[in-house]
Amino acid sequence: MAQAAAVAKPPAPPRRRRASATPRRLPYLLIAPAALLMLGFIAYPVISVFYYSLQNYNPTKPWRNGFAGLDNFTHAFTNDPQFWDTLTFSAKWVVVEVGLQLLFGLALALIVNQTFVGRSIGRALVFSPWAVSGVLTSAIWVLLYNSQTGVTRYLADMGIGQYGTSWLSDPSTVFSAAVVADLWRGVPFFAILILADLQSVSKDLYEAAEVDGASRFQQFRNITLPHLKDAIVLSTLLRAVWEFNNVDLLYTLTGGGPAGETTTLPLYVANTSVEAHNFGYASALTTVAFVILLFFSIVYLRLSKFGGGDK
Amino acid sequence: MITEIAPARERESAAPQQPRKVRRAWDEVPRWQIYLPLGIYLVFTLIPFYWILLFAFRPAGSTSLLPWPMTLDHFQKVWTERSFGVYFQNSVYVGVATLILTTVVALAGGYALARFEFKVKRAFMLALLCSQFVPGALLLVPLFQIFAKLQMINSLGSVILAETVFQLPLSMILISGFIRNVPQSLEEAAWVDGCNRFAAFRIVVLPLLRPGLIAVGSFAFVHAWNHFLFALMFLSDQSKQTIPVGLNTLMSADSVDLGALAAGGIVAAVPVVIVFAFIQKWLITGFSAGAVKG
Repeated sequence: MAQAAAVAKPPAPPRRRRASATPRRLPYLLIAPAALLMLGFIAYPVISVFYYSLQNYNPTKPWRNGFAGLDNFTHAFTNDPQFWDTLTFSAKWVVVEVGLQLLFGLALALIVNQTFVGRSIGRALVFSPWAVSGVLTSAIWVLLYNSQTGVTRYLADMGIGQYGTSWLSDPSTVFSAAVVADLWRGVPFFAILILADLQSVSKDLYEAAEVDGASRFQQFRNITLPHLKDAIVLSTLLRAVWEFNNVDLLYTLTGGGPAGETTTLPLYVANTSVEAHNFGYASALTTVAFVILLFFSIVYLRLSKFGGGDK
Repeated sequence: MITEIAPARERESAAPQQPRKVRRAWDEVPRWQIYLPLGIYLVFTLIPFYWILLFAFRPAGSTSLLPWPMTLDHFQKVWTERSFGVYFQNSVYVGVATLILTTVVALAGGYALARFEFKVKRAFMLALLCSQFVPGALLLVPLFQIFAKLQMINSLGSVILAETVFQLPLSMILISGFIRNVPQSLEEAAWVDGCNRFAAFRIVVLPLLRPGLIAVGSFAFVHAWNHFLFALMFLSDQSKQTIPVGLNTLMSADSVDLGALAAGGIVAAVPVVIVFAFIQKWLITGFSAGAVKG
């Protein structure tokens, strides 16, 4: 793709007055590589998902392939309890993860924004899990949770809990276990973005508030929080979409189990297309996921009046 | 509190050149309110790291809480028997190629967005923002079909292209923000001195973009290094796979070799740690410069 753009580059157009005169085609040439890549590998796949969602398409059962109308969608909404289960689990996962990450991330950012001895090393350590991949996070927490030599063994040595407990294979604990593992990696994301935005709060405002005798909590509520609003809205939204779509951690940590207990909608889509080869149906499920994401993004941006206001 | 502040204000009006006094209220936070929650959070952050180091360095079957006697057996095993040496090479290749491709393409596009007005600019910006919401994970099947048509399945090129494409929108938005922060008058001065647009960009703008480009580039590298799904789907030969796929293979074995898993995890983490140690001082300034100023 990139070569195509380079080949298409015409000889430099005749310069009018001087070197700074802008060749009209230059901006288009500059965005061409990016535009072509995104057309080919984002736009075209999205369109083909919409197309296949209206088809019966299964490479292992070619005799049934063909136009299906809305059958795939009707099936999902009326006849597929697994669709509703995975959708509900996705919603629960996103709300719990994003809510807790925001809460802890905000608190953490406010703490490491103070001046104290050991601040830079404290920041570095607190932020460090941010760069750890989903798969590596899973590997680490598999080590922590394993029933033989995980933390439960040492907790049991101290008289807490029982030997041989495996939090990841017990349906009653697997959700909390996965949430904690993902929090470990997710909180620094919020903390970093919020800390970056805290740097730009005008010190004059705190000065004025102090003159008026505002308490620290009042300063936080009336100065810090409104200033952070846009950053919080944007990072919450991006994170919610990211958590909804993120497959790495749950795929490797629980594999969607035990007994489908932790299968999100994207995991279900992946299983439907990869294992069952039911591409048509998987595309319909993907389309539903797109619509849900789009709907929530719009509602969220409207509700929080993003971009409007005092900035 | 008010009685304390009043004299401070007087002193300040006497010496208005000392803005540090403004921070008084924040300096008054009791130390324990900082160190206690930070300490608790650090325990939560650091125990998992300690756990993986412990398992990687202590002999198999040991239940000691100290990695002693220390052994490198697990590393040797994972590097040779479990092919992490090969995976490492593939991951480096994918990471570096994604870094270069993303930075160059995003730099060109970001410059156009920052410095030109052109017809499709608004539509293009909108497409960039929207593509943030398109999940790569849900596009696996059509992407697989495209790469199959291009005969790129089982070649690292497919993973590099896919990683680059999903890194591009954010990278371009960030880079155009960095470029906007460089006054155009600097470039115009270079034009007057006889530079053409490209030379002016290379000599005047590029050096000023360094912190931002380092942030974006290392982000692209780390992302490609860490990402799992594309490599899992598009690469079937064991000799082509990357480290995250190798880790997943170790985890999904019937009886997990915990020592090898821990050592493999450390192999996966080392380059990321090096990158971050190297760029740490640029990271927050770089991102806050580009991201927050809308």
